[in-house]
Amino acid sequence: MEESISSILDRYNHDVYRLMDILIDVQSDQGFIGDQAIARIAEDLGISKADVEQTRSFYHFFSKKPTGKYSIYLNTSVNACMMGRDAVARTFEVEAGIPFNSVTRDGLIGLFDTSCIGMSDQEPAAIINGKIFPNLTPFRVKELIRDIRAGKSMEELVVEGYGDGQNSNPDIRAVVSNNIRKIGPVLDPDYKPGEVIRKKLPAMTPQQVIDEMKRSNIRGRGGAGFPTGMKWEICRKTESDEKYIICNADEGEPGTFKDRVILTERPKLLLEGMVVAAYAIGARQGILYIRHEYKYLKIYLEKLIEGAHKRNLMGKNIAGIEGFDFDVRIQFGAGSYVCGEESALIESAEGKRGEPRDKPPFPVEKGYLDKPTVVNNVETFCSAVKVLLNGADWYRSFGTTDSTGTKVLSISGDCRYPGVYEVEWGFSVNDICGMAGADDVIAVQVGGPSGSLVGPSDFDRILCYADLSTGGSLIIFNHTRDLLQDVVLNFTSFFIEESCGSCSTCRIMPVILRNKLLKILNARGAKSDISEMLEWAAILKASRCGLGQTAANPIITSIQNFRHLYDQKVRGEVRYDSGFDLTQATQEAIAATGRYTAVD
Amino acid sequence: MEKPVIATASLAGCFGCHMSLLDIDERILDLIELVDFNKSPINDIKEFARECDIGLIEGGCCLDENVHVLKDFRNHCRILVSVGECAIMGGLPAMRNGISVRECLEEAYLNGPSVRNYNENKILPNDEELPVLLNRVYPCHEVVKIDYFLPGCPPDADLLWRALTALLNNRKMDLPYEVFKFD
Ligand SMILES: Cc1cc2nc3c(=O)[nH]c(=O)nc-3n(C[C@H](O)[C@H](O)[C@H](O)COP(=O)(O)O)c2cc1C
Ligand code: SF4
Ligand code: SF4
Repeated sequence: MEESISSILDRYNHDVYRLMDILIDVQSDQGFIGDQAIARIAEDLGISKADVEQTRSFYHFFSKKPTGKYSIYLNTSVNACMMGRDAVARTFEVEAGIPFNSVTRDGLIGLFDTSCIGMSDQEPAAIINGKIFPNLTPFRVKELIRDIRAGKSMEELVVEGYGDGQNSNPDIRAVVSNNIRKIGPVLDPDYKPGEVIRKKLPAMTPQQVIDEMKRSNIRGRGGAGFPTGMKWEICRKTESDEKYIICNADEGEPGTFKDRVILTERPKLLLEGMVVAAYAIGARQGILYIRHEYKYLKIYLEKLIEGAHKRNLMGKNIAGIEGFDFDVRIQFGAGSYVCGEESALIESAEGKRGEPRDKPPFPVEKGYLDKPTVVNNVETFCSAVKVLLNGADWYRSFGTTDSTGTKVLSISGDCRYPGVYEVEWGFSVNDICGMAGADDVIAVQVGGPSGSLVGPSDFDRILCYADLSTGGSLIIFNHTRDLLQDVVLNFTSFFIEESCGSCSTCRIMPVILRNKLLKILNARGAKSDISEMLEWAAILKASRCGLGQTAANPIITSIQNFRHLYDQKVRGEVRYDSGFDLTQATQEAIAATGRYTAVD
Repeated sequence: MEKPVIATASLAGCFGCHMSLLDIDERILDLIELVDFNKSPINDIKEFARECDIGLIEGGCCLDENVHVLKDFRNHCRILVSVGECAIMGGLPAMRNGISVRECLEEAYLNGPSVRNYNENKILPNDEELPVLLNRVYPCHEVVKIDYFLPGCPPDADLLWRALTALLNNRKMDLPYEVFKFD
């Protein structure tokens, strides 16, 4: 162990800001990060054991105990459940002979739950030792466990053949499908890598790049929709010796998977976008922060960065522009949705717990290593390249006045053609359902759990920043779905699981709301419970980041748009019911003391 | 006009909150002028003799009996007030909430140093007459609807006085920082 940890520490120059990478490597080398390893790392980096421990304990894919020679992480998302997760999970448990969140006695198999892994169009899916296994069925699970027991290697476990496009690239070899259904400027397959860096940048000043971005009216694609040109300009104007570009490829919002497809099929476009942004703001270093679930893309992407260096699209004096130096490193996460929040992402990239920072200052003033930093979504960088290539006017010809350009959507759920669609802003929910081949639709979740659950009366509303804003996730539900049980409850649990715990509001209120929802689902609800949920949810606005601020959205928007579902479940004549159950509350003591009579 | 009627109870509490009520000193005489007391440990009336206007509850619920008393109060009091930390959050007794009931009972009756050698038959008290422990200590509002909450451990006598007089006179409570601040 000692030897391997030493070489890992060497690999990252004993740099405390690379603690994430160090822990990721220790975890993958040893299968866990034990107390000994923590002590060794702490001593070497000159920080306390508690400092190492707090980073370790924050992330889902770091564990203190061995997670099994084959660590199986099965997705718990709404999509996974819709596509038959329950049967798959039971089969895993029966075949492995253990319940979830435990490891077999012989240390061979570990079974764990995990939040959405970005495979919503091919669920239920699991990650086994970093490899994705989509479209699982009980039959396939039996096969997998049998093969694992037979001592087969990870390579041999794959029997379904590799996926389309670059998924079959020797550096990826993933059983993942792209499911690209509609292409536009971002997904355009005729893209010529490096054209903008070579032909456009040398002829433009950084300010001209920013002006073009501003004229295009392009806004951030990660969800919040901040004007990108303005973001770059503020960062450019903030004085500092160093500046950073960060690409947010954390993609953790359940139902979103378009960044995975871009990373697989148009990674050069993304990298080119980062170079363009670096030129605009004057950055020399970039970080591509990718969620742990997409680690299977590591070698592929690293080689592309290498290739860019060889072709002088990165490195020194890029494209012959004197003094324009820029390099990108990849930072993987370790399983945490909140790390998609830009300031949490920065903390994480600095090797710390992914706890969002208090704002202001915003990252454009004080970001990575406290230096001005631009954080943009994958798709934002890609679109930026096309803005420069074809001009702002061309770009503005797509979409609506307030929302220019196109949006790459991740569509999943009850439809014939789940997958990735690049559409102009301004499509209605109805258009989308039609495109995706969904004809029995009772509800659509627009923008993931933090967005809204809308019903048929809203289906002619359009996707744009002014109306139904979305980071790209759309999940479609048909009449067989119990929206409260299958959707709202699952999403609420997701937020509870993923809260970083800093704010008492975000730590506590979603739990209280879930208890109330469960009470209603268990037919104990009273009318006052519905109004109390709405009243109490308001306190979440006091939370520090978007996670807490939107954690009640599944409940709020479903009450607003599907009030009848709640009204059906509460007992109309009862105005108030605390939900207290005396029989249940006394069971334990009666059992312990051996009393037989139940109390009334 | 009839005087308003007050009832009080101590559930899983230490009587500290009741003591605080007595702590209003000579104002207790004013209070008696203003109100009648019904079921309460203060006058030792055991059963509700009439409907009450205000019920003051000290302590949360740790036994089935507490639940019965609390529900009885809810049924007989127009306004029900949780008084003090224990009623509002469970308080000190709720420290057992992370421990299973069996473990608590075994510690108290089988393994604790003062009982270890004396409970030869290893009996956990199980007489039908005894109240039954709940699986955890519940704050009052998790059992019945509570209308008002008066924080403190115990709430300051002045806080109780102001709350009662505000309720009795149907006006908003005057709550300067000094009467509810932590320490
Ligand atoms: C809880 C939470 C999770 C987020 N996850 C992501 C994410 O996975 N990807 C992303 O691009 N933005 C995410 N964001 C938004 C980022 O904070 C940030 O606004 C975005 O990366 C900025 O890039 P853009 O302007 O290009 O959209 C998240 C925000 C919150 C509050
Ligand atoms: S709102 Fe939630 S996730 Fe965000 S900082 Fe607060 S506790 Fe953490
Ligand atoms: S709140 Fe304090 S004073 Fe009142 S019963 Fe509880 S422990 Fe005693």
